[in-house]
Amino acid sequence: MNLAWLAAGIGAGITIVGGALGIGKLAASAMEASGRQPEAANAIRTSMIIAAALIEGISLFALVICFMLAGK
Amino acid sequence: MSDTLLTNSAHAVADTLKHAAGQGEKNDWIMHHILDANRLDFLPFGEIPLPHLSLFGLDISLTKHVIFMWVASVLLIAIMIKVSKSYKKSLIPKGVSNAFEVLILFVRDEIAKPTIGKGYEKFVPYLLTAFFFILFCNFLGLVPFSATATSNIAVTSTLAVATFLVTQISGMRKNGVFGYLKGLVPHGVPIALLPIMAIVEVLGLFTKPFALAIRLFANMTAGHIIIYALISLIFVMQTFLIAPISIGMALFIYLLEILVACLQAYIFTMLSALFIGMAVHQDH
Repeated sequence: MNLAWLAAGIGAGITIVGGALGIGKLAASAMEASGRQPEAANAIRTSMIIAAALIEGISLFALVICFMLAGK
Repeated sequence: MSDTLLTNSAHAVADTLKHAAGQGEKNDWIMHHILDANRLDFLPFGEIPLPHLSLFGLDISLTKHVIFMWVASVLLIAIMIKVSKSYKKSLIPKGVSNAFEVLILFVRDEIAKPTIGKGYEKFVPYLLTAFFFILFCNFLGLVPFSATATSNIAVTSTLAVATFLVTQISGMRKNGVFGYLKGLVPHGVPIALLPIMAIVEVLGLFTKPFALAIRLFANMTAGHIIIYALISLIFVMQTFLIAPISIGMALFIYLLEILVACLQAYIFTMLSALFIGMAVHQDH
């Protein structure tokens, strides 16, 4: 009965909620902006991908801590 | 038939509960595939042990990740020499050179020029090296029986240290050592906030390359762990019937990994260009 594994699981779950919320809002506003101005869709798509990768980077920081916990 | 399915599912549930209770270590093989090791595995065909070397007490033995870093470097050097030689014959590239010219111009015109601005030509070789090395290492990791060199925190830390050195040295060369450190704090900040801003900016100098290293390492490692975990569903459930779902999901994540490989190379290069631009042109 290892509490570290439980902590890793709960931590990963909560992290994913934050990351998915952020990327969801990002995608929603990107779609809305593309709908308003279809000529800018390409530039918006590029910025969206960059921002999504950065948000994912942050959630992966927490994932690394969960790896360390699960290894105990 | 349905009787064995029922007993199989019952066994699977019992097994999962037993594992959850801490008995049995079935996830060792996931870590075995992801971590670095002193041998090259081609299971079930065999394995090649790699030599242990040591230099002044430091362990520089050959490991799986080192071998695949060398493979990526040799591939990169061979392809780039061929590409650059083809420009002597004609300025219009054909074949492999054509494909690589697209990527090289992309790094120069979309990553280096907008973010660094004036004087961007000096930094394009470093950005191209980082981009292609990370791209090749990430792609090599998707080939069966191979390992991802960039899923090793030592490799990504070295790349981040290289970016750190390029930014600091070019910033200090452009603005002088004291001028660069003074220019870290933006203009028009109230005097009361200056000590905090100074500490935050100096810490930021170190946390930004650290974030670069961790982002690349975690993205590569997490993708591979997900693929292995999905395939190991077959072993946890201990039935072949789960195989179409499990392999289907693993295939989807595999395609996502291809996208993530290209994207992480692009993000690393773009953030390096951004840091270089902020260090060299400090009045932005």
